[in-house]
Amino acid sequence: MSDIRIGDHPILDFVTGREVEFSFEGQKLTGYEGEPIAAALHAAGIKILRYSNELRRPRGFFCAIGNCSECMMRVDGQSNVRTCIEPLREGMRVQRQDGKGDLSAGM
Amino acid sequence: MRECEIVVVGGGPAGLTAAREAGVHGAEVLVLDRNDRAGGQLVKQTHRFFGSRAQRAGVRGIDIADVLLESALDCQRVDISLNSDVMGFYPDGAVAYEKEGTWNKIHPKCLIVTTGAAEKFIAFPGCDLPGVYGAGAVQTLMNVHGVRPGKKVLMVGAGNIGLIVSYQLMQAGVDVLAIIEALPEVGGYTVHASKVRRMGVPILTGHTVTCAHGEDHVQGATVVQLDESWNPIEGTESDVECDAICLAVGLSPLIDLLWQAGCSMGFVPELGGYVPMCDENMRTSAPGVYVAGDARGIEEASAAMMEGSLAGLGSAHALDYVSEEDYSRRHAEISSELQTLRSGPTARHILDGFGKLQQVSPRTQRLTEGSEDTC
Repeated sequence: MSDIRIGDHPILDFVTGREVEFSFEGQKLTGYEGEPIAAALHAAGIKILRYSNELRRPRGFFCAIGNCSECMMRVDGQSNVRTCIEPLREGMRVQRQDGKGDLSAGM
Repeated sequence: MRECEIVVVGGGPAGLTAAREAGVHGAEVLVLDRNDRAGGQLVKQTHRFFGSRAQRAGVRGIDIADVLLESALDCQRVDISLNSDVMGFYPDGAVAYEKEGTWNKIHPKCLIVTTGAAEKFIAFPGCDLPGVYGAGAVQTLMNVHGVRPGKKVLMVGAGNIGLIVSYQLMQAGVDVLAIIEALPEVGGYTVHASKVRRMGVPILTGHTVTCAHGEDHVQGATVVQLDESWNPIEGTESDVECDAICLAVGLSPLIDLLWQAGCSMGFVPELGGYVPMCDENMRTSAPGVYVAGDARGIEEASAAMMEGSLAGLGSAHALDYVSEEDYSRRHAEISSELQTLRSGPTARHILDGFGKLQQVSPRTQRLTEGSEDTC
């Protein structure tokens, strides 16, 4: 377990799904099934989730409840997936999104 | 199109309580919630609540969420649909929502909007870097998903959220370097402030963050002292090393559906921004549209629950499920609890806000205006 994951907590017990493999930018990573994709990436030390539309600045996890759009990534070829609320599944192919992404993909 | 007596948008404290109240009186209710779990933001509140026992003081937010859901679903005609993201409210009264890739419409007699709030943001160079989080996001990440946001955090904002989240960060084994607050005094409850101070976290009032450092993610921040006119005092800048900056700088009501419904709205800073005008039953100016909780003005979960009860009661009464006598008795009961809750000094700005809302000239902005016949 990475030290980014909370082990012992005075109040909470974290019940996780089974450990699954997924890919990020072609790199093999593991996370827990059902947790948000962005949480799994965060736990793996990955902070940049996309690049902004105009200036291509790095953007990361911000609101965690699907409001702000900063975590939009390409998942299994589909752009604009809000990874802070999208559950992780085994074998998912996750990629950083550059700007607005490709709207025709995944349709 | 599917019909339903009452649709509640948002299954947080206000929405679940509204559903329960309307359901107890026999109304048919469908709660639509975009998350895969009900409870709204209660699901990340690990602290014990204050207030009266009737409002579940002493119980942790995470446990209140389960209790509220159960008591709503105990009513025979109350149902909840999760993963249901409401996208629009049309002039013909249809509520449209997306659920698992499908587009659905439902036509309620009454709509109760309990959509809650979104976090506010402050702008400074580097504020868009990965590692700058909303305080709610930090709570979700660590209290729901068990992932630490960083190792060393600078907290911006000493209201209740800033104070509570600082404490929760320490419970999760994260260092909180300091809590900075632009106002000259701490905004949150003294009991929360004392708790974090005892744990050695300095609270610097009259301070703000002027920039975040780092190329790809946060590696530090510059903090500066402010004078009485909110201007940075030259020579007081100091750099801190941190890998996360947490913004607890307030919330703004999520009111998109209320604009769409054509509700009269007023801008009141005390309540978080634009909020709908409403009567003592939480009924807005749009026919059949009610509101409760943070969408009606930023307060806290106990008040949201009582407002939810009022909206549930009001809509059930409008649908003839409640006798005049029962309505008056129950309405007086909830109103008096709410009045007690708002009697303390920390709620004064809320009452001031409601007062101001009566005075402002309302704004209406029907987003779908002119397109009635196309819907």
